[in-house]
Amino acid sequence: MKGSFKVKAGLAQMLKGGVIMDVVTPEHARIAQEAGACAVMALERVPADIRKEGGVARMSDPDLIRSIMEAVTIPVMAKCRIGHFVEAQILQALGIDYIDESEVLTPADEENHIDKHPFKVPFVCGCRDLGEATRRIAEGAAMIRTKGEAGTGNVVEAVRHARAVNAGIRKLQGLNHAELVHEAKLIGAPVDVLEECQRLGRLPVVNFAAGGIATPADAALMMQLGVDGVFVGSGIFKSEDPLKRAKAIVAATTYYDKPERLAEVSAGLGKAMDGLEIPSIPKDGLLAARGW
Amino acid sequence: MQGAFAEHVRALEKSGARTRLVRTREDLEGLDGIVLPGGESTTMTMLMERAGLLEPLREAIAGGLATFATCAGMIVLARDVVDGMADQRGLGLLDVAVRRNGYGRQVDSFEAELDVTGLGGKPFPGVFIRSPLVESAGSTEVMARLDGHAVAVRQGRIVALCFHPELTGDLRLHREFVKLAAS
Repeated sequence: MKGSFKVKAGLAQMLKGGVIMDVVTPEHARIAQEAGACAVMALERVPADIRKEGGVARMSDPDLIRSIMEAVTIPVMAKCRIGHFVEAQILQALGIDYIDESEVLTPADEENHIDKHPFKVPFVCGCRDLGEATRRIAEGAAMIRTKGEAGTGNVVEAVRHARAVNAGIRKLQGLNHAELVHEAKLIGAPVDVLEECQRLGRLPVVNFAAGGIATPADAALMMQLGVDGVFVGSGIFKSEDPLKRAKAIVAATTYYDKPERLAEVSAGLGKAMDGLEIPSIPKDGLLAARGW
Repeated sequence: MQGAFAEHVRALEKSGARTRLVRTREDLEGLDGIVLPGGESTTMTMLMERAGLLEPLREAIAGGLATFATCAGMIVLARDVVDGMADQRGLGLLDVAVRRNGYGRQVDSFEAELDVTGLGGKPFPGVFIRSPLVESAGSTEVMARLDGHAVAVRQGRIVALCFHPELTGDLRLHREFVKLAAS
């Protein structure tokens, strides 16, 4: 039996403790693999450039995605627009390993996300809190990530989202069933997924950090906040020495709780990507607000 | 280092073992058995090499440390890896030749029931995720096959699987491994 939820969620379990890196060329993909990435995200533009250049951001050209799939042996992910199930069908037809239904691209549907259950390929979706995470899981997401604020090199939003999910789950622990149903109503969560979160004391699928991670310390911070692994978007290939920084972020994700190792790997990395303060971004420029 | 280690920890602890995550060579000391989990074999091998863990681990396993390898773990142990990264070097201790992602990409990942030697009762639920394909099982003892290819092998105190018992809740293989490690 192919494409069951167990094998879709299972691949994410194999990515745990790892770093997934945004790449825009086969050469980037090879550097990411050499650095120890557990997967790559194939894109035409990293989020920092999407933010700068504006316009409608769409799924990448299949030729580019194929060339990246041919360049590496690790899993390759690609992004489709929120609600754009045809882009997702195309990515599945290309044989991509994971689809990110991503707020970094321009949404194609202002109410609905993709019904992800019928697909054989697994999906990862972003969230800002437990309600959003559980809605995505109910739609069939086999992996969750924080949204953060992509392309800023500023980790503050990813921290906010990871803490919000953690707090939401902690709150469930003291609730009886009637109270859990009420909580589900308040946060817009499906009751059955919320019950599972209560029973497990965590999300029922793998949960990564994403959005604004630019340094080894950022990656370790997110890991200590309890995520299972990290996505790094613009943070690597917008920095001065991508291979060195990529290796350091991989090491920091493995040894996230060993400050001496973190001190070693954080040293001499060259300049990090330029960062953005969140309040300097106009309200309609915030990517995390996309998704419902 | 990377991969589904937490799932193995849970399964081993339910099977009566005490566990420790191995990320440095010091962590290897005093172990009765080690699990090489599923994950990305390139990532795991590189991390072990950078941590100076590859050689001590090779010595320990060659010296009889009970070893349970699943999926990527089997690739790391294998004598021959087909379609790996050009410079991918593993432990070379298990006499099998494997093809990375030999069953295809993620869209081809699947579940199948398996008859595993030594496990009584119902078939074992095999969860295969971008699994390696065993092209030659060499001198190893084949414990299970699927479509003619070995999917579970044993060689001395090494047990290696193409599939993921840690994702199933079926503890029979973990219990057998705990017995092997204790013996």
